[in-house]
Amino acid sequence: MPNSSEASQPSNLIQDNQIIDNPWQIVAKDAEFSIADASGYILLPLAIWLQHAEQLQNSKTIGVWLDSDESPEPLEAMCQSIPVIAINFPVFADGRGYSYARTLRDYYHYAGDVRAIGDVLHDQMYFYKRCGFSSYLIREDANAEKALAGLNDFSANYQVGSDQSNSKQDIPVFHKR
Amino acid sequence: MYIYDQYDRQIIKERVDQFRGQTDRFLAGELSEAEFLPLRLQNGLYIQRLAPMLRVAVPYGLYNTAQLRKLAHIARHYDKGYIHVSTRQNFQLNWPRLEDVPDILEELATVEMHAIQTSGNCIRNTTTDQYAGVAIDEIEDPRPWCELIRQWSTFHPEFALLPRKFKIAVCATEEDRAAFKFHDIGVELVHNNEGHTRFHIHVGGGLGRTPVISQLIKRDLHWQHLITYLEAVLRVYNQLGRRDNKYKARIKILVKAMGPEAFAERVDQEWQHIKGDDNTLTEAAVARVQAFFTPQDYDVLDDSSCNRELASQRLESNDFGRWLDKNVQPHKQAGYAIVNLALKPTGIAPGDITDLQMEAIADLADQYSGGLLRNTHQQNIVLADVKKTDLFALWQRCDALNIATPNLGYLSDPICCPGGDYCALANAKSIPIAEAIQRQFDDLDYLYDLGPIDLNISGCMNACGHHHVGHIGILGVDKKGREFYQISLGGNMGREASIAKILGPSFTPEEVPAVVEKVLEVFTQQRHPEEQFIDTYRRVGIDPFKEYVYA
Repeated sequence: MPNSSEASQPSNLIQDNQIIDNPWQIVAKDAEFSIADASGYILLPLAIWLQHAEQLQNSKTIGVWLDSDESPEPLEAMCQSIPVIAINFPVFADGRGYSYARTLRDYYHYAGDVRAIGDVLHDQMYFYKRCGFSSYLIREDANAEKALAGLNDFSANYQVGSDQSNSKQDIPVFHKR
Repeated sequence: MYIYDQYDRQIIKERVDQFRGQTDRFLAGELSEAEFLPLRLQNGLYIQRLAPMLRVAVPYGLYNTAQLRKLAHIARHYDKGYIHVSTRQNFQLNWPRLEDVPDILEELATVEMHAIQTSGNCIRNTTTDQYAGVAIDEIEDPRPWCELIRQWSTFHPEFALLPRKFKIAVCATEEDRAAFKFHDIGVELVHNNEGHTRFHIHVGGGLGRTPVISQLIKRDLHWQHLITYLEAVLRVYNQLGRRDNKYKARIKILVKAMGPEAFAERVDQEWQHIKGDDNTLTEAAVARVQAFFTPQDYDVLDDSSCNRELASQRLESNDFGRWLDKNVQPHKQAGYAIVNLALKPTGIAPGDITDLQMEAIADLADQYSGGLLRNTHQQNIVLADVKKTDLFALWQRCDALNIATPNLGYLSDPICCPGGDYCALANAKSIPIAEAIQRQFDDLDYLYDLGPIDLNISGCMNACGHHHVGHIGILGVDKKGREFYQISLGGNMGREASIAKILGPSFTPEEVPAVVEKVLEVFTQQRHPEEQFIDTYRRVGIDPFKEYVYA
């Protein structure tokens, strides 16, 4: 589980092909939370977000994060207005989140920001992007510059993806031949 | 065979660059062991007992002579001069240096080869019949479908980090030579009443620790939906497959836990979302790939005059006659035959060949079989398009190369994993067991009398030697630091699939050949005339074997 974030963060958020400061605080699953005290940009764990779903529907500053064993299914009907849906990778080798991202993009047509958080590293970047992730909170001790380059490891694909940045990437090469 | 276009070349080149970068970062200490592990595995690179092992992909077992010569060069230049044919129709190098692997991959790329997804928890090499395209009992050539699956599964972004490895086999023949019921997905090609291609999709088969025969979850799938349906199966597995225990992580465990009907229903739900999307195959896309597998320009030969010539050549040489009977298979084209090169001479690790043998075999393939070859999951090599008029000359050349032992499908032609001599996972050695049995049963006439017997040997529960589906299976186990061997009987990997039953307590390595001998004694006592071992076993059951062996 990601740790609650402190105020000062290293620049390790990749969004729109840029490395930027991360203003989003991640609230832990077992943390106390009250909407009244909330300030700034916040990512709530799924269970807490669902508890407050009605009040949070149109919030521009409060998003939700899913753990690797939490499918986005409960969000289907109400995801459109959520600014960020983050998906946690407790270890990078746990690949469930790739399917969650595609479910959000392809089934629910979610158009907001899908963010990879947790054990997010250089060598998975290209796959994240192809599954519809649009921002990446790189693990703090990893090199965000190099990870950014990983978004472009390949320039053609054999299969459909859920890419957001460049729709041409999404066409499997068998349709181009 | 399939030939790369600019996209395939570009993707493979980018992969070499990517892996070179990963290796450099690992060697520089920027990537930890744990972070590098799945990356190198997805490139077929294991760290073995004594050295790394690099598994090179041979899609559905098919390759050409330029590729074989390149592999011979790599074996000589980067390794110890030999290579191993694996039970998934791939090649394995046993002694490459980690820092050389990017260079090896770059060399492989020049002949359109790679090591992508030959290991790791991802979709592995798709396998099929080693006689695809030339078999007499074939409904349709399965290789275009294998190639389409290969492309879809290569760098699939969603399925690179599955709960566990994932293997797909395609079967398009009456006799199953792809063991499709023992794969995570078995794709069974059929023709409907109108002669149109359809697929039965079987899910949840496998060997390993828990051998399971797969369940049919979808009948008569239209060919255009093959890829989207496979994607739906994988999407269910990726989300619901167990990740807490690697021994319960294969899809077979999920299918059992959910029940095949509920699993099929869940797959169908996923499929409805993606059915008809851009992964849907078009006639043009399929036709493009099928064009790579059209039959070669065969000469018009008179089959009966070919057969008369072979009959007189038999009279010249008994050995040739035996080879013809055992290692040569019928071909769908008149006047042609399929030849199996036997890689199991006694005293050589089953499936191993040297650089010089590889180059000589490449010459044979160029001269006699249109420059193409296939690896078999029984760890032999096939020349699939040989004129019957060339068989005698080819046999003489094979005999000189020590690849003409006429034992295909008999007891001395075992499937055998590399075992404890190489593999870090193994509990026990397997190669010396194979050799001891080959030495004990070296009388070919006796072996022929016994009839076909699949002997499968694995050095551990991972079952790379497919011991669960051997008529006689042998499994190496570790007991307090000593190697023991468990014998099982009655496995079968064809359409009449069955999983072998364990005979009883395990044996020391020295005891194994005598135990096999006893099993065969029971067989010969119980056997009806001409009956095969597996049929006798199915008729009498395991008890008579058990009683005699442990008497």
